[in-house]
Amino acid sequence: MSAIRFVTSEGLPTFLARLSRNSRVLAPVVKDSPKPSVMFEPWRESMPVILKKATVPPKDAVLPQCESLFVYKKSKNADNPENVALHLDDTAHATPTVIFACRPCDARGFAVLDHPFLDGQFVDPYYKARRERLAVITITCSSGCNTCFCHWVGGGPTSPEGSDVLMTEIDDGFVLQSITDVGQKLLDATDLSDGKDAFPKVEAARKAAWTSLVPAPDIKKAPQNIAALFNRESFWQKHASSCLSCGACTYFCPSCYCFNITDEGDGFDKNGGRRLRSWDNCMSSLFTREASGHNPRTMKAIRMRNRISHKFSAYPRNWGNFSCSGCGRCIGNCPVCLDIRDIVQDAVAVADSDV
Amino acid sequence: MPVMEGKELRIVGFLCNWCSYGSADTAGVARAWQPTDLRIIRVPCSGRVDPLFIVKSLLNGADGVLVAGCHPRDCHYSAGNFYARRRLEVLKRFLPVLGINDARFEYTWISASEGQRWQQMVTSFTNRIHALGPAPRFENATPLPKVVGMALPPSSRPLGTGKNAPLDDLKQGIKEKLPDLECVIGWQRGYDGVHTAPLFMKIPEDVEKLVWGPFNVANPAVYLPKFKGKKVGIVVKGCDSRSVVELLQEHLVAREDVTIFALPCQGTLDMSRVKEKLGRYTVVDNVVCDETEVIITVDGKKHRLPMNDFAQVKCRLCTKPMAVFADTPLGESPEVEIATHVPPELALLDAMNLDERMAYWSGQITRCLRCYACRNACPMCVCRDYCVSDSRDPRWMTQEADVTQKLFFQAIHALHLAGRCTGCGECQRACPVGIPILALRQQIARTVEELFDDYRAGFDPAAVPPLLSYEVEEKSIREREWK
Repeated sequence: MSAIRFVTSEGLPTFLARLSRNSRVLAPVVKDSPKPSVMFEPWRESMPVILKKATVPPKDAVLPQCESLFVYKKSKNADNPENVALHLDDTAHATPTVIFACRPCDARGFAVLDHPFLDGQFVDPYYKARRERLAVITITCSSGCNTCFCHWVGGGPTSPEGSDVLMTEIDDGFVLQSITDVGQKLLDATDLSDGKDAFPKVEAARKAAWTSLVPAPDIKKAPQNIAALFNRESFWQKHASSCLSCGACTYFCPSCYCFNITDEGDGFDKNGGRRLRSWDNCMSSLFTREASGHNPRTMKAIRMRNRISHKFSAYPRNWGNFSCSGCGRCIGNCPVCLDIRDIVQDAVAVADSDV
Repeated sequence: MPVMEGKELRIVGFLCNWCSYGSADTAGVARAWQPTDLRIIRVPCSGRVDPLFIVKSLLNGADGVLVAGCHPRDCHYSAGNFYARRRLEVLKRFLPVLGINDARFEYTWISASEGQRWQQMVTSFTNRIHALGPAPRFENATPLPKVVGMALPPSSRPLGTGKNAPLDDLKQGIKEKLPDLECVIGWQRGYDGVHTAPLFMKIPEDVEKLVWGPFNVANPAVYLPKFKGKKVGIVVKGCDSRSVVELLQEHLVAREDVTIFALPCQGTLDMSRVKEKLGRYTVVDNVVCDETEVIITVDGKKHRLPMNDFAQVKCRLCTKPMAVFADTPLGESPEVEIATHVPPELALLDAMNLDERMAYWSGQITRCLRCYACRNACPMCVCRDYCVSDSRDPRWMTQEADVTQKLFFQAIHALHLAGRCTGCGECQRACPVGIPILALRQQIARTVEELFDDYRAGFDPAAVPPLLSYEVEEKSIREREWK
């Protein structure tokens, strides 16, 4: 039986203050600039939280833009300078974190990341440490938007996947419904009032969100159809001709997880050496350039093929679901308005017409 | 070598092998007393000193940087220091916009025999840095929480929607030339009625997709260099044409290969303000362009967007609504009132002191994800897959997500565009998190105008970009005499 609680809009700061006693709470705030963006930031007293969809998804909480996998220090033995002692620290650091008011697509992103990082042959200890200390409070969307397409890829404006608590806005406040044990404990630890009576309103609000959506096309055949087009270079060229090969799609994607590993520092200076893991993106030519200088993916069309086939063909064949949560950030952020929905739909249609 | 805590500061010196390094040697042989703060890096010529050496030093903990080379007209390689002089003067006027005190950087000319002059210069520079104290660091700055709103400058001309532009004539013109061209680059409707996407016209049917109007925000010139050696056409707004001219200036495309189609531009929309105005919507029902306003209906709700309130800032300051030149120009170029208004992003920084600027940048740049949309949307960023930001050899940057790395990239981009940037603003428009990075390019453009006879990039295909040339006697750069 899930916990259902109610909080008024005025009560949110108190609720966040209560959460931040034991955890870092990441909440969306507007950043002041000519083009305002919404970013997740650690909550502080009197921080003006805004319940808009964030420009940057909270993926950073489990997969930071750059993290030290380990730090090392080298020291020379004064009596025998050839003898170098190495001290290495590879502790996986993780702060208990609550993500407050991300969207269902952001939360589904975590579910996508969990498969390769936790469910494969090798578990990623750094990811695992952060994921285990993470609780996700998701606010359900009240409507669709021009770029999002969560309902095409198995999600929806009220999808609970990846969330610990689902929060829905009703006329006089918010109803919080626990989805997992973590969410239940989180809500039990607060002194929020019971929200069961308001739940019919929640159901109505969720239903209204679904009815606001433009009907989704059927892309179930995407995995096999995209695979069928793998060698059709002209198809990928057509769709990548305007691509600028930047990372505005992948770095803002809640489900992209490719990374690069680099070493900095030789270990002798006082900062020590660090092995860094940082985001990388398959749209960049350098992503696949090998030490020899050979690059198997010099053409942007082939790099585009990689991004689309990974999300809609390779990943689903490995893990069963699309590695796209339909948040639409890649569409809205693209400087040249490339639309992943068009490419997927076209792939489904083109491969079908071949048969 | 670590500095002596409390006594020494970190000063980096780049000395040319033939003159200034010799002068330091002369001073040493003469047993002339010198401060010990300086760490000397010997370079073959002051012309070898990339301004980025200095920025990198200053961002990574140097308290001062001194560059010294042979006297002008006395360079071992004849002209190395002439180029250095231009670059270093531009850099000196660029540093303050980042929030770095330009007194922390100096360049001078000392010959090998001038041991005494070396002693005097290094002593006075070191004293100056000691008077300034340790340099403030970006990573220690408290981000500026609130940025005052930027006032829109008055418009240089009446803005409109381009509704009456002779689009059909343009389409006809393109169709006539299409058989001789690989393709013609333009715009088409994007994923909905309020967005456009690039269009590559190859067959006459493609030409029908061409659109003209306030949604044509992207600069199609970004695609030109990859067609180098092929015959290609391009439809341009006035600002886009300046990028084409700059590409011609740098021989990145050849004039005979490019066919330029142009219509007079009445302004394009600031899509971030359009997005704010429309709010979250599902479907665009209708878009109607009136003479001076765009009426957009989304989810059944009508919004009126007067061009005068919703045009991009660059359009308000535009002095070139019609292409610099075109093979197929159509329509009349409107009258433009040439007034020099400081762009609002830059005016905002002008009003701040150095500490505030450092706080401003540290607050803004922190949300950069290093997606490099700014770089890739820039028509003048032609290194593309070989950018120093991603290179491990040479290694200019690390992958660390800190303020200095992110700001350093912006400094790299701005300095690489010195005298080349036409101010199309694509870098800032492309930034998904809205970092006002255009100000850095604007400051350099202003400096270039001041130093090099009001030079503005992208107006004359025969002009050599100022940092790729020199004058033996510079009009606006004094041969620095400081004490």
